[in-house]
Amino acid sequence: MDAQQTLRTEVEQLVRVHGRTRTALMPILQDLNRAHSYISEDAMLAVSDALNVPRAEVYGVATFYSYFSVKPRGTYVIRICRTISCAKQGEYHPAIAALFDELEIGMGETTSDGMFTIEQTNCIGMCDQGPAMMVNEIPHIKLTEASVRSILNEYRHAALAAKKAQ
Amino acid sequence: MDSELITVTIDGKEVKVIPGTTVLEAARTAGIHIPTLCHHDDLCSEALYQQTASTPHQGEHSHQHEESAMLSTPSSCRICLVEVEGLPRLHASCALPIHNAMTVRTTSTAIRHARRDILELMMSEHYGDCFACARNGTCELQKLCADYGVTSERFGRPHEPLFEKSAPGNIIVRDQNKCILCRRCVRMCALYQGVYALTTEGRGDHSRIATFMGKEMKDAACINCGQCINRCPTGALTERDDTESVWHAIEDPDKMVVIQTAPAPRAAIGEMFGCEPGTPLTFQMNTALRRVGFDKVFDTNFSADLTIMEEGSELISRLYKALVLKDNTAALPQFTSCSPGWIKFIEHFYPQYLPNLSSAKSPQQMMGAVLKTYFAEKNGWDPSKIVSVSLMPCTAKKFESARPEMDASGYRDVDYALTTRELGRMFKQAGIELPKLDKSPFDDPFGTPTGSGVIFGATGGVMEAALRTVLEIVTGEKIESLFDHADIKPVRGFDGVRMAEVTIGKVGPVPEILSHLVPDFEWLKGVTVRVGLAHGTVNAIRVMKDIEEGGPLSKCHFIEFMACPGGCLGGGGQPIPTDREIRAARAKAIYSEDATYVVRKSHENEDVLRIYREFFKEGPCSHKSHELLHTHYKERV
Ligand code: SF4
Ligand code: SF4
Ligand code: SF4
Ligand code: FES
Ligand code: FES
Repeated sequence: MDAQQTLRTEVEQLVRVHGRTRTALMPILQDLNRAHSYISEDAMLAVSDALNVPRAEVYGVATFYSYFSVKPRGTYVIRICRTISCAKQGEYHPAIAALFDELEIGMGETTSDGMFTIEQTNCIGMCDQGPAMMVNEIPHIKLTEASVRSILNEYRHAALAAKKAQ
Repeated sequence: MDSELITVTIDGKEVKVIPGTTVLEAARTAGIHIPTLCHHDDLCSEALYQQTASTPHQGEHSHQHEESAMLSTPSSCRICLVEVEGLPRLHASCALPIHNAMTVRTTSTAIRHARRDILELMMSEHYGDCFACARNGTCELQKLCADYGVTSERFGRPHEPLFEKSAPGNIIVRDQNKCILCRRCVRMCALYQGVYALTTEGRGDHSRIATFMGKEMKDAACINCGQCINRCPTGALTERDDTESVWHAIEDPDKMVVIQTAPAPRAAIGEMFGCEPGTPLTFQMNTALRRVGFDKVFDTNFSADLTIMEEGSELISRLYKALVLKDNTAALPQFTSCSPGWIKFIEHFYPQYLPNLSSAKSPQQMMGAVLKTYFAEKNGWDPSKIVSVSLMPCTAKKFESARPEMDASGYRDVDYALTTRELGRMFKQAGIELPKLDKSPFDDPFGTPTGSGVIFGATGGVMEAALRTVLEIVTGEKIESLFDHADIKPVRGFDGVRMAEVTIGKVGPVPEILSHLVPDFEWLKGVTVRVGLAHGTVNAIRVMKDIEEGGPLSKCHFIEFMACPGGCLGGGGQPIPTDREIRAARAKAIYSEDATYVVRKSHENEDVLRIYREFFKEGPCSHKSHELLHTHYKERV
């Protein structure tokens, strides 16, 4: 099966779960985004065909939400909170600086091994425990230089273990 | 029922409206003008409802848009703000439905200032100068800035472009720097055209109008109809400008530059010169074209008649194959093929129906092919020196003329397809005041003015012209015996999908010109010929769905499709602005021009008969005509 066919099968499976209606668009995009860290062109075309929603509309929805991406991202998307309480801890908080330092990438970039992407987010509801960040859907709080490095290592191990398990 | 109506007072005027009417609509009824940028009359609920209306044949109103998220105006521009007594703040009148009696003011210091602020804020993100803009003079934003006295850049202005312009090669040219995100284009493309080529990408201040994956228009599934251009309030959407190339050809002493003019621009170009919509300037335009420097001025009506001969003969021979020979390769219903927007539409979205398309080229392409062969031979012109220009109401004609297969004569059938707007500009550059010019005729050998060609410009026109010819040829009787004055009224009108039928009573002998296609017409005796029509490709989708479901349209023999609302007269290359009234006025001009002509049937056009005698000697749909006058289609993604 070529990549496109695999995607179509995947989308069909999601349709079985969420239904073949316009309202299934969001949950299907969420699942795709979760599974691949982004929603590819082929994935959007497959969704468009499956739900009979115009492809431009699928694209419009996929670009509207910042948790969705239509461009490839790392397996782990790190989102640094930039809203006021966290930001007040200092824009170049040593913990955040450590993140950039450790991964050797800038904001919006992905590591060359495709493991991490760093993005910004608005308040994630951890205001009294900043600086805070999310890795995929898990929040991490009260970040320090050391905790950032160990969190990254944990994800690296997790990725390695997942790879071995395959 | 008066009791159901609500009384609103707008600027001291009382109006009664049905509940749910917006304040904006109520003000319109009262003759009070409120400026709008995101609202467009073609995109209000009433217009959308009418646009998908059907003839009774189609059963209940079936509405394409029922579930579309784009039905209502986004109310994003806020320029239509008004004051409502008892309500705090200002309210966007296009988004304010009337459910109780209310008192509204549409003008006050607060309103004027708010509108000016809004405009100044829009300009703070607007890169580009009016003098260098294609919409200079017809831009709604520019006009409002003038009306509301925007004299300063209070909130600053970008000094660098914020967006790149479209890359070369696009027919629909976008300049996002001038986009105010009113979404008229998105909604037009979705609600009238059913193409959904455009969307809003991103959110908040990152929003922008984009195609799927942000592709260039030329790489998107866009049919080049230009309907988005005609609704855009600003210079953010325009068509590729080919006027410089045409000027260049005109100035080249080595080139013979000829132009053909389609029927729809004649009924509209006057609007660019201050005339009322529906002022026909056909023959003044001929004078102007000669003055601008065109060597010959031809009438696309000639090739429209030629199209009818080819397409009508194709229909007769398809019917014969299907009904008599039981040959199931003869796909019915036959679809018309003269609207290039429709052609690209079916290539993208319904490729399984490509065999139903008539193989006949459009009138533009037929004229082009004839000019560089028959005409060149007859007049001893070197076809390589002919530059063939067309004046079309249509932006998709630019795409059609550039299709690689359109060069069977060894030369491009048409070198440049100009829109009405482009030619209007050329006239202005030449200092021509079009309405003041004397009239002059078209050049021979295609100079016979015919009504059947003229009505091609309106929805239903191709069908009417085809029926006049096919029915007369088949029955051997004057069409006037079936329809008063040869006006086939059942196919006229603006309903989105229409159907009509005629039962063939007696049949006549097969004329010489068709004898290679059918032995006799006996098999047509008592047959009820059913025809359908659709304009605005969203209505084409309704037809296609009906066909897929085996509905009444699947029983038709012949269906006319025009991509643009109203047909060519509402084309994407026509003067801006447009609305239902303007289109109706243009249609009236077209039908009254038809009524004044002596020759109103394609098969009676002496020029057409001559070309079959002298050039396409084997008749319509023969080998030579297939080579030059017919084409093929391809599936697109
Ligand atoms: S879009 Fe309108 S306001 Fe903007 S530069 Fe063009 S004419 Fe001026
Ligand atoms: S040209 Fe027609 S199909 Fe293309 S974007 Fe504009 S309205 Fe849509
Ligand atoms: S391109 Fe024109 S019609 Fe479309 S949103 Fe921008 S300004 Fe409005
Ligand atoms: S401000 Fe950072 S979590 Fe709320
Ligand atoms: S016209 Fe009412 S908000 Fe734009």
